[in-house]
Parts: sequence; C-alpha cells; structure tokens
Amino acid sequence: MSISYIPGNGSSSDPSASLGVMHHHVLSVLVENRAGVLARIAQLFSRRGYNIFSLAVAPTDDSRFSRITIVVDVDSAPLEQITKQLHKLINVIKISELDPAESVECELLVATVNADISARGHVMELVALFDGKIIDVGIDKLTVLATGEPNKIDDFSELLSSFGIVELQRTGRVALAKLERQSNKLKNTTGRAG
Amino acid sequence: MKLTGAQALIKSLEMQGVDVMFGLPGGAILPVYDPIIDSPIRHVLVRHEQGAGHMAEGYAHATGRPGVAMVTSGPAATNIVTPLADAYMDSVPIVVITGQVATGSIGTDAFQEADITGITMSVTKHNWLITDANDIPDVVAEAFYVATTGRPGPVLIDFPKDVANAQMDWYWPSSVDLPGYKPNPRGHSKMIAAAVKMIFEASRPVFYVGGGVLNARASDVLAELVELTGIPVVTTLMARGAFPDDHPLCLGMPGMHGNYTAVTALQQSDLLIALGSRFDDRVTGKLDGFAPHAKVVHVDIDPAELGKLRRPDVPIVGDCRSVIEDIVRAIKADPDAYQHRADITDWVATLKSWQEKYPLKYEQPSLSGVLKPQYVIEKLRDAAPSDTIVVSGVGQHQMWASQYWKFNYPYTWINSGGLGTMGFAIPAAIGAKVGKPDRTVWAIDGDGCFQMTAQELVTASIEQIPIKVALLNNSYLGMVRQWQEMFYGERYSEVYLSPDLPDYVKWSEAMGCASFRVENAEEVGPAIEKANEINDRPVVIEFRTDSSEKVFPMVPAGVSNDNIILGPEGLM
Repeated sequence: MSISYIPGNGSSSDPSASLGVMHHHVLSVLVENRAGVLARIAQLFSRRGYNIFSLAVAPTDDSRFSRITIVVDVDSAPLEQITKQLHKLINVIKISELDPAESVECELLVATVNADISARGHVMELVALFDGKIIDVGIDKLTVLATGEPNKIDDFSELLSSFGIVELQRTGRVALAKLERQSNKLKNTTGRAG
Repeated sequence: MKLTGAQALIKSLEMQGVDVMFGLPGGAILPVYDPIIDSPIRHVLVRHEQGAGHMAEGYAHATGRPGVAMVTSGPAATNIVTPLADAYMDSVPIVVITGQVATGSIGTDAFQEADITGITMSVTKHNWLITDANDIPDVVAEAFYVATTGRPGPVLIDFPKDVANAQMDWYWPSSVDLPGYKPNPRGHSKMIAAAVKMIFEASRPVFYVGGGVLNARASDVLAELVELTGIPVVTTLMARGAFPDDHPLCLGMPGMHGNYTAVTALQQSDLLIALGSRFDDRVTGKLDGFAPHAKVVHVDIDPAELGKLRRPDVPIVGDCRSVIEDIVRAIKADPDAYQHRADITDWVATLKSWQEKYPLKYEQPSLSGVLKPQYVIEKLRDAAPSDTIVVSGVGQHQMWASQYWKFNYPYTWINSGGLGTMGFAIPAAIGAKVGKPDRTVWAIDGDGCFQMTAQELVTASIEQIPIKVALLNNSYLGMVRQWQEMFYGERYSEVYLSPDLPDYVKWSEAMGCASFRVENAEEVGPAIEKANEINDRPVVIEFRTDSSEKVFPMVPAGVSNDNIILGPEGLM
C-alpha cells in the first residue's frame, strides 16, 4: 500500500495539538531489572499523589536493565519533584525527560471492531490507510492492529469507533530521545533563535 | 568456608561492626537465633517488636552508628512497621531483619506470612528479600551502606527460613555495587559562592538548623560558621542540641510550640539559611505566610527536599558538614567582602529585646499547690549532668521537655519528630543507654505514652539497662485535651485516662524498677535526688501534674506564624 495516513498536526512539530500533551510529560526511566521495581515506582506515584497516564515496561538490550516509559500528569505535581523522588529509589539508574518535540514516540493499538459484510471493505481500507494489519477475522468482526505515534493512534481509534468498537487495547507510549541531526554548534544557534 | 545462611547473616553483621542488636525470636527467624549464642554480638531480648525498632533508633541517635533489630515474620514484622516509619520520617539509620516463610511458601498465605517488603516499601529507604543464600553478604553490605550514607534512613532485609538453612560459600564483598545510588556529599562551588554573597548582603539573616546538621556530625563547624558571621540560630525539634542553647546567638526552637523570638525571627528575616531542615508544617505553619520576606539558601543531602515545599533562591545539594566547611572557607577567602558585609547588629539587638520581653513562662503557684510539668522539667534539668541524654515521647511533655531543657551538646535530645510516635520514649531511651552506658539517660514521658510501651521496662530491668523515667501524669491525653479545650469548645471526647489506673508505681515496681510518686512541688527535688542515686536498675518517678496546663506559645494549625498565641491570656 503506497498511500498512508500521516497525522496533520504531528506531535513532534506541535506538542499542544495532541490530546493533553501540554500537561503530559514523558519520562524514560532506566531501572535495574529486579523483582518489585515496578511496584516501587507505582507505589511512589500513588503515595505522593502523582498521576500516571500510561506506563510501558520492557527489558533493554542489556538484561540487567529495564526501561520504563511513563507518561505523567505534570498538573498533579511539578515534574522536578516527580523526577527527584524517582531518583531516590535505589533501583532507578537514570531518568530522561523526553520533551515531545525532542523525542520519537510510538504506541500500539489492537481493536476488535464490528465489520459485517457491508462495512468490512471500509474497515479494511481504513486499516490500510493507517499502515495497520488485520490480525484476526470473525464472521462479522475484525481485529486490527496499528502502530505509530500517539496522535496517529488517537485518530485511528476515533475513526474506528464509527464502526463500533467491541474491545480496544493500547500499550501506552514508548519513546526515545531524537537523534542529533546537526552539529552541536548549529543546534545551539537554532535553539537560541527559537 | 561453608556456612549456613543463618551463620552468614550473623557473620555479616559482625563484619559490619554490629555490637548489639534488639530483637525477639519466632518461627521463621529461628535458624538465625542459633548462631547468636556463639556470636560476640549482644542481643537484647525485647517484650514487643515495636520496642526493638525504637531501641535501634535510640541507639542510632545516641551513637551515630546504625541500630539493628531482628524479629520474626508476619505479626512481628508488622509490629516493627511503626519504628520503620518513624525512622524514615526522622532520617534515622536502622537495619531491620525480619524472618520470612520459606521461599516456596511465599504467596500461599502460609502461617505467619506477611508481605513485609511490600508493606514497608514506602517507609524504608530500601528493602531486600533474600532468595539465595549466596547473596547474604552482598545484601547486608548494601543495606548498611544505604542506611548510613546520603540521607540516612531505615532499611529492611526479609530473610526466608530456607535461605537461613541453605549452605553458602562465605565471602565478604570489598565494595557495594549499586548503580542507581550515588549520594553526592559535596555542594556545588558556584552555589556556595552564591550563598556566601547572600549571607553578606542580608541584614536580617537566620540559620534555620534541622536534624541534617546532626546527621552530618556538623555541630562544631556550624559553631565556627556562627562565630564567624554572628548570625542567630534556631534549632528545630530534630536539631535541639546541634547548637548550644546557652550561646547568646541561640534562639531556641521555632514552630507550632516554638518560643516567640525563634518563630518571629524566621517570620521577619530577609534570609533563611536552611541547613538540613525541611520546612516541615510544624515549623512553617501556613506555608504561604511563612517568612514572607526571606530569601532562602537551602542545604540538604536529599535533592528532593530542595523546592519540595519552599522554592530556594540558592539550592545546595550536599552533606551539611561538607557544605558548611566550604562556606566557612569561602568566607575566610574573601576578607574584603567580609569586611563590607551588611551590618546585622540592629537585628541581633531586636532579637535580644524580644527574648527579654517574651520569654517562655509558666507559674508554679506554691510549693504545696498543684504541680506544673514545666517545674518538674526545670528541676530534672538542674539536677542532671550537662551531658544527660533526654528522650521523650510525643505530646505536651515532649514540647515542654524541648522548651525547658537546656541542650548544650549534640546528640543529647532524642524524640519522634516527624511521625509523632506515642510510646517512643521508653524503648528509645533503652537503646540510647545501651549505646552510651556511661551517660545518664532520662526518659520524659506522658501517661498516655507510657501505657503504650511500658512493658520494655521489663527488658531494661532484666538486661540491666538503668534508664530513668520521669512520668508526667496529668491523667489525660494532654495534647488532644488541649486542642479540644482550645478549638472544640471544651468538649472533651475520649481523652480522660484516670490518674490512678493503672497504679504506675506498683506497675513499675512489678517490672523490676525503683519507683515513687510525687504529688507536689515540695517533693520534686528530693525525689529527683533519690532517682539520681539509683544506678543498678531503672527508676520511674510518677509526677502528678496539673491536667489543665497547656503548651504555650502556640500557633494554631493552618494559620500564619504571625498569629502566635503567647499564653492562656492570648485566648481571650
């Protein structure tokens, strides 16, 4: 499929356009891969009254460490206090604050939608537009999958809802810092200008 | 060398230099109690696990070394949660070892199973569940390292029974490997320079000294900094003794029950130099109204304290000792700036005039009349050696002790500040006396507190730990009574305890203590004299004190510190 959907207001170019990004911040937390680490982080958030929008955990290429990507609500507490408290956890090794404009973010969605014979073609067209996949087929339903930046997934989810969503699961976002494309000197100059 | 897990645990404690531990055995921890018989470590057998935890805290406060407590699984482990929470709030280094059911039974609701690592996650600096006997030396080394470095605090090691019985090859680690834990004791030099500049410019500066100064063993360098700058000092409830009360620049305790000068000095200052203090609500009152004109230099080893409640103008992450030394050095390095620093003589003179005008006050009516608790504390103080360690519980007696004792040496005042744990005094005093056997240890306790942990006097008697207890019996939960009188229209709800039930003298005697009762002011002096002569067992003096006496000054909860009430007349 050569034609695919690109979100109009990419979160990378305009953070405020995406749902609530103004009040969200993405923390990429490198932790020791030990029993109970997730519980420690979850408990810290609950105890201090910080809100989590989404959370994704997986081992890194080094099996001693895992990376936890947390989307936090910076309205519930100042980001600085959240990261300082996280740093106090002995198993937390490194925290990177990912500004949506300076990071690449990705999320995965699977959804079962109503797709009887009359709607099936439309659903398949939509899935194709979003570079998605059909991963299960029923008599009158399809289970579909799409990945991409959270904005795109929001749009996909909204468009799917017109067919009737039976079940939906999103992973929450994972993210890494954007790579350098310019030398530091140039980058600093643009930074100041901006 | 092959050892069992239990032997390895005790040997690891010996390697850490542990000389005493407080505990009580039970099913899951049984294997570990066997090698204790052969170990040089002294074990103090407590009567309740909460006592073991507070003893470890008292020991740590008094000696500066980590306190160690060991108890079994389940209910024993949950009984020691309160001391862990207490130590976490007050940054006290203690290492608690709990027994646990065998690893294969974890999660099956086995007999005396409790998920103690889960339960204590939020009240420990860190905790460990050991699942492999080969990890024991590493974990013990890590636990002591974490408890005693950076901002000190409690840690817990959960120790399953099968791990205790397993064999391991003994080793002792030469270092700990904690990639996520790198405390940084040195303050940033730019920030130190900025702090010095602010100190030179301020005309109404105050040192707001907290428990971090004691944890950093920094009293001597603080004294040097105060002498150099002439800046007055307040010492918070956790820092009493960090700067001597008899020094002319010592203003005493600030906060909800602080004296007028200490409270108002903070309110009117133009620069707070917060050293190891954390802007606790009991110090600040209504945060928005606290020290409204002051710039803030905030020094703390815990970066999360900087800006948590009050945004500092100069944040300095570092150990108080190291940072104060750097500040002193920076001041001495610039004699010209020192010469031209702002003049603070008017400020110091104003504070002096407040001290004269608004001293702490109470009235002891006549020697035969009703006994005032403050009078008792003054008499105790005057008859005690100057390096006496004073330990208190929580409530009115705690505030009076902090107000009326004169603390001229560091580590002579031990109390539960952050958590406010009633019943802290007796076990903590026992721990302090074990750590400092040559010093006089007075526990100043209330009748409500006493009833919570008095059973540890049995421990003190049997283990020959001769603490002294001044029990201020006003037959009420006094601080609650005070609030009900002042803020709930004198509607006294569930605060009356009775003066005679229990009979404290008989009870104390039954626990192996010397004990006597004092009912009026006349008897106070002789009773204290008698108590001071008894050194072969614990002694409890019950003082029958005035139930209606209230702690003043007082800043009511939720209002600005400008609205300080100086005495009962201020309530009209």
